Amino acid sequence: MTYEEGIFYVVAGMTVIGALGVVVARNVVHSALFLILALVAVAGLFLLLSAEFLAIVQVLIYGGAVTILILFAMMLTRVRDVPQALDGPQRPFAAMAAAAFLSVTILAVVGTDWEALGATEKINVIPIEALGDVLFRNWAVPFELASLVLIVALIGAIVLARGEEGE
Amino acid sequence: MPFDWLRAGPPLAEWWDLRDLGNAVGGLLGWIDDRGGPSWLPYVVSGLIGIVGILLWSVFSQLFFVWAERRLVARIQVRLGPNRAGPLGLLQPVADALKVLTKEMITPRNADRLLFWASPILVMVPALVVFAVLPFGERMVLADLNVGVLFVIAIGSINTIVVFMAGWSSSNKFSLLGAMRTVAMLISYELVQVLALLAVVVFTNSMRMGAIVGWQDDFNTWIVFVQPLALLAYIFAGAVEINRTPTDIAEAESEIVAGYHTEYGGIRWGMFQLAEYVAGFAIAAIVVTMYLGGWTLWGLEEWVPGWLIFLGKLYGFFFVFIWMRGTLPRLRVDQLMGFAWKYLLPLLLVNVLLAGLEVLIWQENGFAAEAVLPAFAVANWALAVVLVVGWGQVLGHLRPEHRAKRPVLVKEVGAILYEPYPLRPGGSVPEA
Repeated sequence: MTYEEGIFYVVAGMTVIGALGVVVARNVVHSALFLILALVAVAGLFLLLSAEFLAIVQVLIYGGAVTILILFAMMLTRVRDVPQALDGPQRPFAAMAAAAFLSVTILAVVGTDWEALGATEKINVIPIEALGDVLFRNWAVPFELASLVLIVALIGAIVLARGEEGE
Repeated sequence: MPFDWLRAGPPLAEWWDLRDLGNAVGGLLGWIDDRGGPSWLPYVVSGLIGIVGILLWSVFSQLFFVWAERRLVARIQVRLGPNRAGPLGLLQPVADALKVLTKEMITPRNADRLLFWASPILVMVPALVVFAVLPFGERMVLADLNVGVLFVIAIGSINTIVVFMAGWSSSNKFSLLGAMRTVAMLISYELVQVLALLAVVVFTNSMRMGAIVGWQDDFNTWIVFVQPLALLAYIFAGAVEINRTPTDIAEAESEIVAGYHTEYGGIRWGMFQLAEYVAGFAIAAIVVTMYLGGWTLWGLEEWVPGWLIFLGKLYGFFFVFIWMRGTLPRLRVDQLMGFAWKYLLPLLLVNVLLAGLEVLIWQENGFAAEAVLPAFAVANWALAVVLVVGWGQVLGHLRPEHRAKRPVLVKEVGAILYEPYPLRPGGSVPEA
């Protein structure tokens, strides 16, 4: 076992622990913090694959912004006053769905011929300039559309929030 | 081959050449290679050297600066400051450290024990990790990532989570208010930070910290000369991120006791203070690297060790933070948020657009840098003054046309608001 593999198993273990913690933890805030652990550990996996940009964007967007928003929403809605178990009668269905998803993923990983896809080639770090070129030259229109969708969502949120306040 | 970045550039000098401590590390790694050590050993050794070096440096600098800050702020406020322990009070930080170490640590009964215990330890992590990508000298950088600028921003956002953990786990209303203020503030100022750093990246064409310093070295200029507005905004965003006095509403004593670390005592409280200082050094180091030429000083780095120049600039800039703390009064929550969204953000958007245009003009026409950069500098400084003063005037003379409703968010984070609250930043509060 090379040391890269050792690091991979540590990081993958952290991802699994974090993901389990999200589901198992009784306290919602603990779930959110476990979610951060899982997402940051995924960033570690990206780093092992030499995808520096992706790893850091993962930390920035998911580890930083998204989970912070979740925590913020929890604090504003005073979720602590109503402790409730994250459990219900849908448990068997959830278990079935999770098992089906897991088996599909495992089948896909096992069934793919990685050698033919060039998995043994050395991975090079993609320079950020190349990424920017592709994003803003080849895919400029989808990129702008995505930001348009975000702006619509933002304005929609403001309109909804104002309507709630207007007495 | 590992450590290409260390071997890149001019050949390594002798290991005892202290102008760049990277020489010594490179020599050591070469020595390990020659002995045929395992391939992972150089990684571990160089990582350890870097981590231990940064840790020792930050703790000792912090010890000195606790004293320096207290004396300087005392001087600004016409007091004496600590002058009893040792000559000029120089041993005061040692006495403080001993006192903090021996004080009792109380855990509130309703606290979330694990998170309460973990947050003072975790709070040091983001503050220290930032230094990994900052070059102290030409080869003195632990990991020169090609996305160094993004890394710095990402680590800053991790800091928010730790502060939230501390505030929430204390199960104290004031702690929670402090945590919520921090989160709200950092979300607002992260945007300012990103836009301020983006303008630099547009100019230097790279996100690698080493390359940004190299750009400033190549063109014999500092970014601050072509991007004054970005530096101004970054100083504000940095001050907000490290919770220092003009912007320390997250721990405003007169409003919410001590914010997110109200319930912490003893060395746990000491860890928060230490992290605040180290984060302050980190912000100063980012400013020096991105805007003030890093370890270069117009050729002087050939004679004086680059890391001494870097540290000199860093401490010099940290003095600005101390100065701000001693001089400026604390802002209100709504003022601070409004300043980010209404004042800094529009200015920075204009600035980024302009930086892009200038670089486009420069590169498309192939002008010589000697001709173009001074012109840009004059234009940008003039524009910065016009924008700062002009936009301030516009906002200052804006008459509130309708009575502003209390925003829910600001009410929730515990602002004291006056009805109708003035839109004029820093203006007088009308009689209620």
